[in-house]
Amino acid sequence: MTTSSTRQQVLVLYLSDSALDSHVVGWSRYDGTGRTSPTTGDSDEPPYETGVAALRDGWRLFQAAQLIPPYPGHEYDVSFLKHEFFFERIVT
Amino acid sequence: MARFVARGSLRLDAVVPAELNAEGLRVLADDVPPVPYGTPVSTAYPDGSFVRRLLELPQVAGALHSLVGPEPWVDHHFVHTREPHGGDAQALHGDAVIDVRPDAFDVQLMYYPQAVTLEMGGTLSVPGSHLRRTNESDTGRYQNLRGQDRLVCPAGTVVFLHHGLWHGGRRNDSDTLRYMFKIRFNPTVRQQRLWDTSDLHDPQVDAELDAMFPWYEGATGRLERYNRILLWRELTGDDGYDLDHWVTRATNRPKETAK
Repeated sequence: MTTSSTRQQVLVLYLSDSALDSHVVGWSRYDGTGRTSPTTGDSDEPPYETGVAALRDGWRLFQAAQLIPPYPGHEYDVSFLKHEFFFERIVT
Repeated sequence: MARFVARGSLRLDAVVPAELNAEGLRVLADDVPPVPYGTPVSTAYPDGSFVRRLLELPQVAGALHSLVGPEPWVDHHFVHTREPHGGDAQALHGDAVIDVRPDAFDVQLMYYPQAVTLEMGGTLSVPGSHLRRTNESDTGRYQNLRGQDRLVCPAGTVVFLHHGLWHGGRRNDSDTLRYMFKIRFNPTVRQQRLWDTSDLHDPQVDAELDAMFPWYEGATGRLERYNRILLWRELTGDDGYDLDHWVTRATNRPKETAK
């Protein structure tokens, strides 16, 4: 059990393309404070319209998805959302 | 059918009459004994049984025949319950193992014997996700997607899902125990022109197949249509079908030498 008084909140935004200012198509939240319990299917409206809007609100970006070319022969396959951006916010 | 190919689901609101729903609630409360994987419908559910009568309702029987044809196998069935103020939301998932059949699909019938409110946490599903090659709950990281469908429905609603559709039971924040009965069906015939195809060339078919969903990324959205065209060709037997030249131009390999 940590004695630190700060906790991390994590926001994941899935964007329309690889640009951070493209629009949000999906989102997930995780709350290290335990004050909220975000879960699957809990809201129909995204918290921000774009990735940059989250930056402007104080979220810090710490990971963006790599751009990986399709494997030969799998150019038309569809699978996971590709443009995943992780943000954090440290709160007391 | 074109709408099913685009969305991956077909919803029939309140097609089950009230008296059958009342019986259904009693049957589901007692659970439905399992049957071996791959049991023909007529063997799995005897004549006159509740489930058999549910499947014989004209709209249900018609939809099932259109999607998988006559005498499908019952892959498995399960009574899903969500306790009042209990349980967590299921992670977004597809059922069974990753299934990449390009020319066949299973359907999952979901029956709701009672009215489902938003608070009761009905099934979440993601329109247009069924052709994605993802395995079971690897999509669990996705909590919400634009255009997701949080099911709210009247009693007696039946929904058919393509086996690949991303879905999950939502958290029940109400005071009411919620029931859902699921049956997965495997086709036993080729799924080609099993439905009324008299309107196959109606412009609305193209419009349905061309649908975009708000959660699609720009680039991948085009691939979704490409893959739908291939599935539509399989279902109709029309190898030349296309939308906006997508498949035609990407497969065009002329063999004639210029004179």
